[in-house]
Amino acid sequence: MADLKVALVGNPNTGKSTLFNLLTGLNQKIGNFPGITVDKKTGYCKLPSGKTAEVIDLPGTYSLYPKSKDESIVFQVLADKDNSSHPDIIVLVADSTNLRRNLLLFSQVADLGIPMLLVLNMADMAKKEGIDIDTNKLAERLGVQVVNISARKGEGLGTLKEAISQTTTIATQTTGISTLDFAPKAIAAVKEKIGTDNDYYALQVLHQHEHLNFFTPEDQTEIKAIATNNGFDTVKLQGEETVARYKHLSKVLADVVTDTGAAKKFTVTDKLDSILTHKVWGFLIFIFILFFIFNAIFSWSSTPMDLIEGGFAWLTEWGHENLPAGVFTDLLLDGVVAGLGGIVIFIPQIAILFALISILEDTGYMARVTFMMDKIMRKFGLSGKSVVPMIGGIACAVPSIMSARNIESWKDRIITIMVTPLVSCSARLPVYTLLISLVVPDEKVWGVLNLQGLTLMGMYLISIVAAVLVALVFKFIIKAKERSYFIMELPVYRMPRWSNVLYTMYEKSKTFVIEAGKVIIAISIILWVMSTYGPSKRFDAINAKYDKIEATSTDSVQLASLERDRSAEKLENSYAGIIGKSIEPAIKPLGYDWKIGIALITSFAAREAFVGTMATIYSVEGADDENGELRLRDKIAAAKDPVTGLPIFTVATAFSLMLFYAFAMQCMSTVAVVYRETKSWKWPMIQLVYMTVMAYFAALIAYQLLK
Amino acid sequence: MTLSQLNPGQKGTIVSFTDSEMAVKLMEMGCLPGEIVEVERCAPLGCPIAIRVAGYQLCLRKAEAAVIIIQ
Repeated sequence: MADLKVALVGNPNTGKSTLFNLLTGLNQKIGNFPGITVDKKTGYCKLPSGKTAEVIDLPGTYSLYPKSKDESIVFQVLADKDNSSHPDIIVLVADSTNLRRNLLLFSQVADLGIPMLLVLNMADMAKKEGIDIDTNKLAERLGVQVVNISARKGEGLGTLKEAISQTTTIATQTTGISTLDFAPKAIAAVKEKIGTDNDYYALQVLHQHEHLNFFTPEDQTEIKAIATNNGFDTVKLQGEETVARYKHLSKVLADVVTDTGAAKKFTVTDKLDSILTHKVWGFLIFIFILFFIFNAIFSWSSTPMDLIEGGFAWLTEWGHENLPAGVFTDLLLDGVVAGLGGIVIFIPQIAILFALISILEDTGYMARVTFMMDKIMRKFGLSGKSVVPMIGGIACAVPSIMSARNIESWKDRIITIMVTPLVSCSARLPVYTLLISLVVPDEKVWGVLNLQGLTLMGMYLISIVAAVLVALVFKFIIKAKERSYFIMELPVYRMPRWSNVLYTMYEKSKTFVIEAGKVIIAISIILWVMSTYGPSKRFDAINAKYDKIEATSTDSVQLASLERDRSAEKLENSYAGIIGKSIEPAIKPLGYDWKIGIALITSFAAREAFVGTMATIYSVEGADDENGELRLRDKIAAAKDPVTGLPIFTVATAFSLMLFYAFAMQCMSTVAVVYRETKSWKWPMIQLVYMTVMAYFAALIAYQLLK
Repeated sequence: MTLSQLNPGQKGTIVSFTDSEMAVKLMEMGCLPGEIVEVERCAPLGCPIAIRVAGYQLCLRKAEAAVIIIQ
């Protein structure tokens, strides 16, 4: 266990996360802040003193006064002494090239009276730009240790660890401004009420007690009464405090920072911006990048995916040959292995997608996309900042919905959350891939573009158009709580930090496989049991019927197909078959049979279960088949309607299914995260209903038009 | 005049703000009275705009820029 807790606090874009990765290595995990459902990144770090520090990465913020949900975490954790994440030491990470703005947060945090030290990151860059910082003088004036580091290059890490070890348990920082002067009576009253002797903490409580969930409703009412009785004007006082702090900082920084060089850091960024945010080129490049991402997902992943698919097919075959035959082996191979194969196969695609998205964010390009798209997005009731969750939605709606936290306006944020699950996520990919490979020929259009790839891109475009149109509808329905605004830093362009990209790729793929894997394995087992067993009366009748034919028939052809007919009839009469049959009337107009019906039901937990379900159903059916090693795709392609003898998977069925999967809310994790983020069942339920209705009608129209 | 009236390439010094709620947000991001601001560029559709202030680049909508009085 850790001997002490260290929290990293700082402005966005200061390299805080890079420092966190450096300090903790792969030894980190993502959990929740107690009482607050926000991702918490923690890790462990060995200090030179032999002690172990638990390092907590807090969301980046410009001030303790939160603008968004994400930022509100910082004060919640720092304020609550009983919070299990409450730090013993705060490491304030500041950007050396923009010290004054960064020190505003420092001076607020310092006044909370928690032991702290200041880290000046990008020290090397500042030096290059001709910015010279007298760290000794700064340390003396602030009353804390000041450490120069370069997180990118990994310089100064040893000194930082040393400094953390040496930080005293009593806060040493000097106080810059006299907090008590802002609202003497109210502060005194709150201090007495909550039993603190820290003026600034009391002032902060007056400002943002509504966000602090460790106060009881009675406390809240009392604090509110104190504020009202003393005429506490929160906006005015925040303004006065900020001005006073900057005034103090000017004194602190006088002859500490000497800027000798010109603003060199912008020359490259300026040139890049003039192209990347150009009226014409800007959008063209953006579209090109999106196209590149789709292409990469498809083409780079094909070899590893073939290997994985081949590997699982081999494993199943090997298992059936070498393991003792019996119920347990069947469950393991046709239930668990088949279902698991369906999820493992799309690790390559997820990894590529997350790697590319994290590169876009890391280089600073994503901020430019936000900048370019704001005006368009605003027309549809969204904000430029909605672009990031929506692009992230191509990977997975769950983290994307959480990333919508940095959208300041409540209405913009709710609309973004409501439409993000419409953007085709990676879980739909295997569904699309399977169906496209069944009905769309692998041909080239105009000699260069792959028809299957184009169809896939079409599915993504449809989903994005749908998301934007639904947003427009919500824009008119939902009432705004406050005005929307958009003030955002445009960070300088930088090379991506490859280690960060690798961490993200590894972390997201791992989380995905474990989270989705749990659901898939459970569903696979349940499904296998339900499709293997049925009401004993029906099964006895089937067995009796086929035993009789077997005993009496001499026709060798009939005998050969007998076993397959027997298992097909069993599947039809199994519990899964009965459920599938019972919903068949509702899905018949969409072109689906009862087997697809089973897949639809299992997909409501997680849509990626579709492929696994198909795999399980078709391998149960074909278990006694001589062609047991047939690949899933071929098995499905060969499926025929028992009455008409026509193939089930026609162009019409496949497109109807793809549209259903594009629009339906078939993801428990998303429902759960929307509930968590909006703190009510209202929004996830609205979402579930509107998406299901949309999916049903889109599929209906597609099938009826195409059949 | 206000910041929203400047064209790309033009500079001004922040004097005050017409909206106190927005003022806090802008000041926290480094837009202080006395600071020099320069409009760097407009987004392809004319809004938001990118400005250089306090040694870094900030982008904001025209409506927010209209809150900042400059000379």
